[in-house]
Amino acid sequence: MATLDPERAGAAPWLLSAPALLLFGSLLLVPLLLTLVLSFHVFSDSQGTLATYTLRNYLEVITDPYYGAIFARTAGMAFTVTFLCILLGVPETIVLARMKRPWQSICLLVVLGPLLISVVVRTLGWQILLGNNGVLNNALQALHITSEPIRLVFTMTGVVIALTHVLVPFMVMSVWATLQKLDPQVEWAGRSMGASPFRVFRRVVLPQILPGVLSGSIIVFALSASAFATPALIGGRRLKVVATAAYDEFLGTLNWPLGATIAVLLLIANVAIVLGCSRLAERRFKHIFD
Amino acid sequence: MKQNGFLGLLFNALFLAFIAAPLVVVIAVSFTDKGFISLPFDGASLRWFRAILANDQMVDAFWLSVRLALVAATVGVALALPAALAIARYRFPGRAALTGFFLSPMMIPAVVLGIAFLRFLSLLGLGGSFWALCATHVIIVLPYALRLALSSAIGLDRDAERAALSCGASRFTAFRRVVLPMIRTGVAGGWVLAFIQSFDELTMTIFVATPGTTTLPVAMYNQIAQTIDPLVASVSTVLIVGTIVLMLVLDRMVGLDRVLIGETR
Repeated sequence: MATLDPERAGAAPWLLSAPALLLFGSLLLVPLLLTLVLSFHVFSDSQGTLATYTLRNYLEVITDPYYGAIFARTAGMAFTVTFLCILLGVPETIVLARMKRPWQSICLLVVLGPLLISVVVRTLGWQILLGNNGVLNNALQALHITSEPIRLVFTMTGVVIALTHVLVPFMVMSVWATLQKLDPQVEWAGRSMGASPFRVFRRVVLPQILPGVLSGSIIVFALSASAFATPALIGGRRLKVVATAAYDEFLGTLNWPLGATIAVLLLIANVAIVLGCSRLAERRFKHIFD
Repeated sequence: MKQNGFLGLLFNALFLAFIAAPLVVVIAVSFTDKGFISLPFDGASLRWFRAILANDQMVDAFWLSVRLALVAATVGVALALPAALAIARYRFPGRAALTGFFLSPMMIPAVVLGIAFLRFLSLLGLGGSFWALCATHVIIVLPYALRLALSSAIGLDRDAERAALSCGASRFTAFRRVVLPMIRTGVAGGWVLAFIQSFDELTMTIFVATPGTTTLPVAMYNQIAQTIDPLVASVSTVLIVGTIVLMLVLDRMVGLDRVLIGETR
């Protein structure tokens, strides 16, 4: 008779996960390793990718101010978007948590629903809203707030607005998850001891939701640093970020080794920031996670 | 918890307007009767919805995306389910690493995945193959299916299964008749989420898509990158409405907060 003894796992878990493991090994690990190898290959304008090895691609990306500017622009964009997502997402989540059903469920659906709608569609909406002849500029001019259209398309401001819209649901999600664990009694306790609402927020609520804010920030930062569609469509050709630069190297100039180098550096930066911040958060908030 | 004040509700209203604005605008402009995007417009018509059906490129891309998402979601769930059961019910060395490995495609930037798949497929001479595209999408959607399957398999009561086994049921029968019905909603929710993720995927796919394997998001991206006409708006409107329907299905089945946030219930 078969038993369900968890002590004698044996080969069973590996057999069960073998199909997925096989697929991931051959179709995820191998391609990533091939990309790493590709980034050390030599590219020649006349002959394409050569099977000789060099560190030149890395030196070029790291020393050339052209790529330096792209990496700096991407980091600036990711920091601004993350900051705006905290500024908008955290208060919104707190407001949502204080709502009663069914309003709470409806509002949560409106906020999180767009995550399931294609990013192309959401970016198209912002292009229509932000264009020189777009809805926002027409409205501003009709209200005589500005006399000339404000340039938002093909500017970093436009990219940041659209990207904040695309990514702020992740912040709400993350803070919401920590707020669910929060005991409302503690807040009342603070109030009944005579603390002002602001003081209760700062000393009681804020420290408890901080882990959620931090993990939300990590997600938002990682996703905005590697965002492609929104910067490509709203930023345009000239306002390049890391993801669009890698795309152009691959499908524009066909310099695959250089494109692979940018991809490897993006992956390393991403993993370093995500793991670094997670470690920091775990150590700092160990008492909350346990 | 405390009630919201006036300022809180005002903030909420503005926030919801910010979230909804681009989607509302897309839907609004798709009903124009003009040949260009303008808002407000004088005459409303369904002209641009009829134009979708006349556009072979969009129609072909739509059906390709549907087939791709069907295959990717089904294969993804079929592979994720046994892996989720292994992770949920056994304690074995390497368990955490295995979980991390299966969830890693969510952490790797889609651009990096796209480049890696493009290099891999072109070395194998598989560029432009529909089945190769499916395989790359399975990698993308498997983490989502796994996470939902895990969340329903972890808290599972195992006494029912023990009872079935002690009554003489085979392992497979116990799984099919006892375990599967208990985790059904998580698995089905995972399938719907995987379908949406595959159907919407752009950044990875744009690298591996060829003229013969252009998915709908890639076709729309290529179109929007050149010019914005009401046609892309009407296609977007169809997508928004379709997604809302699927979203309500998901919400009914497993609860949208659980799909997106994790085990809060």
